[in-house]
Amino acid sequence: MKQWINVALPKGRLGENVYKIFDEAGYSCPSILETNRKLIFENEENKIRYFWVKPSDVAIYVERGAADIGVAGKDILLEYEPDVFELADLNMGKCRMCVAGHKGFRDNTARTLRVATKFQNIAKRYYAEKSRQIDIIKLNGSIELAPILKMSDVIVDIVETGTTLRENNLEVLEEILPISARLVSNKVSYKFKNNEIMNICDRINEICSVKDDK
Amino acid sequence: MSEKGYIRNDEEAILRFKNLYKKYGYKQYKMSKFEEYDLYAENKNFLLNSNIITFTDLNGKLMALKPDVTLSIAKNVKDSAGTQKVYYSENVYRARKGGNEFKEIMQTGLECMGDIDLYSVGEVLMLAAKSLEEISENYILDISHIGFVEELFKDIPENKREVLLSYVSAKNSTGIRKICSEFGLGVSLTEKAVKLASLYGPFDEVIGELKKLSINNRTDEVIDELEGIYNMLRVWGCDKNINIDFSIINDMSYYNGVVFKGYVSGIPSNILSGGRYDKLLHKLGKKSGAIGFALYLDMLEWLSGEDEELDADVLIVNDSKANAAAVAKAAMDFISGGESVSVLGAVPPNGKYGRIVKITERGLENVEAVD
Repeated sequence: MKQWINVALPKGRLGENVYKIFDEAGYSCPSILETNRKLIFENEENKIRYFWVKPSDVAIYVERGAADIGVAGKDILLEYEPDVFELADLNMGKCRMCVAGHKGFRDNTARTLRVATKFQNIAKRYYAEKSRQIDIIKLNGSIELAPILKMSDVIVDIVETGTTLRENNLEVLEEILPISARLVSNKVSYKFKNNEIMNICDRINEICSVKDDK
Repeated sequence: MSEKGYIRNDEEAILRFKNLYKKYGYKQYKMSKFEEYDLYAENKNFLLNSNIITFTDLNGKLMALKPDVTLSIAKNVKDSAGTQKVYYSENVYRARKGGNEFKEIMQTGLECMGDIDLYSVGEVLMLAAKSLEEISENYILDISHIGFVEELFKDIPENKREVLLSYVSAKNSTGIRKICSEFGLGVSLTEKAVKLASLYGPFDEVIGELKKLSINNRTDEVIDELEGIYNMLRVWGCDKNINIDFSIINDMSYYNGVVFKGYVSGIPSNILSGGRYDKLLHKLGKKSGAIGFALYLDMLEWLSGEDEELDADVLIVNDSKANAAAVAKAAMDFISGGESVSVLGAVPPNGKYGRIVKITERGLENVEAVD
């Protein structure tokens, strides 16, 4: 008998595009497109159940098994290092993890570099590799404000188009790594629901690689 | 202020503070980087932060990388040795509040241990003020006195006092009123506590207000002591930036008399912290009294600011064609002329130099900076 699959999708534009791929892959659930306040959407026929969660929480739902699979940005996976399988690169939601700062910023290596970021672990690892002493300022949003108000020297953040940076007279100083959305799976679900998960994974891989070729 | 200008980095600070403290007869106290962990375990509340880096030494003893210097000095003080005046510059290892990793923090400070009289207290406060003055003329030294607060709240049970004190240190009048009424502290005493917590301003403007809050001989004595200290500071000419602030609360089981904190404009938290801590010495089984302060030199980084200065006055572009000896000669000429020189193979991106030169067959040649 076919088993139910729980899918955690990231709220927002990325999640909507991800659903379109699941839809195309044959796992549609029309009720998800209705505008209402429901949190969970099921399709009896496909035995698939979707729910929207905050993008940074997807990995937690999957790690704890509340969701069998989910879609999370590589940034989240690198930051929280959840214990999950990373099954496919969706080649969507592409952006870069960058160090950004004032235009023409000169790093004064004589002192500790103050770094404002949402991604403490990524920033810490990046600078530890360079053996640079830093002072991390953890923020939850509007990171760009920190260097403008001189609270930090630079920021570590994801940059998509760079418009926010440009409009605030900031620029990308260093690129840490490219980011894209990944299909992740709970490690136990992967074993017990292997067929279903691998089917989804294969279909998604097909669709995404075709998309990539275009 | 001296012609040397203000302190801008920790290396400079160590030298300048050293000279200052030596002038008043303080001796340097150099210590090992490690201490037995037990010392800190037994005096956890004295530390700003209970995170300590520990390791076992070759004998299997649990050791700690020093998170604090005062405890080590206090532990070794001898009651019979009279008054000892020492200063130190040491690295300490601890996590900053809110930070999630250990930091090596350069700390300079001084301790005066033994028979502490009014002069010693005044001298330590003067040195605190003068230390701040070396960093910036825009400094504030806030003074408080544990004795006053202790007297005011002596009817509050010990276990509740901590919460009450945290309200005082947050200047939270609502919280103070709530706890005071809970323990039936009369209205007049409660209002005095609220006023005391919110009292803030230059010493000579606020001392009158403080006198009105006095409740008995003991608090009168505290006010006398504060005035005595202030009179001394006036003699030394550092009475200008002294404020009274009774929201400075250090742990009462270690501190007893004057407590103080120093601030410099541009640094978002206090760079200096100190006080009278006879009780710590008593806990360590000594009869002596003690007072001291520490300066957190890592905070000076906030002042290095704009980084507008040049990488060097002159950049000599040393492309392979130039003769090394000729380059050396040119560099030496600039340096004897009092300029700093950087010799590099090419103009680095983002570099800032007064001028850029190149050595050709015709001699030195200015190079237009490419922007």
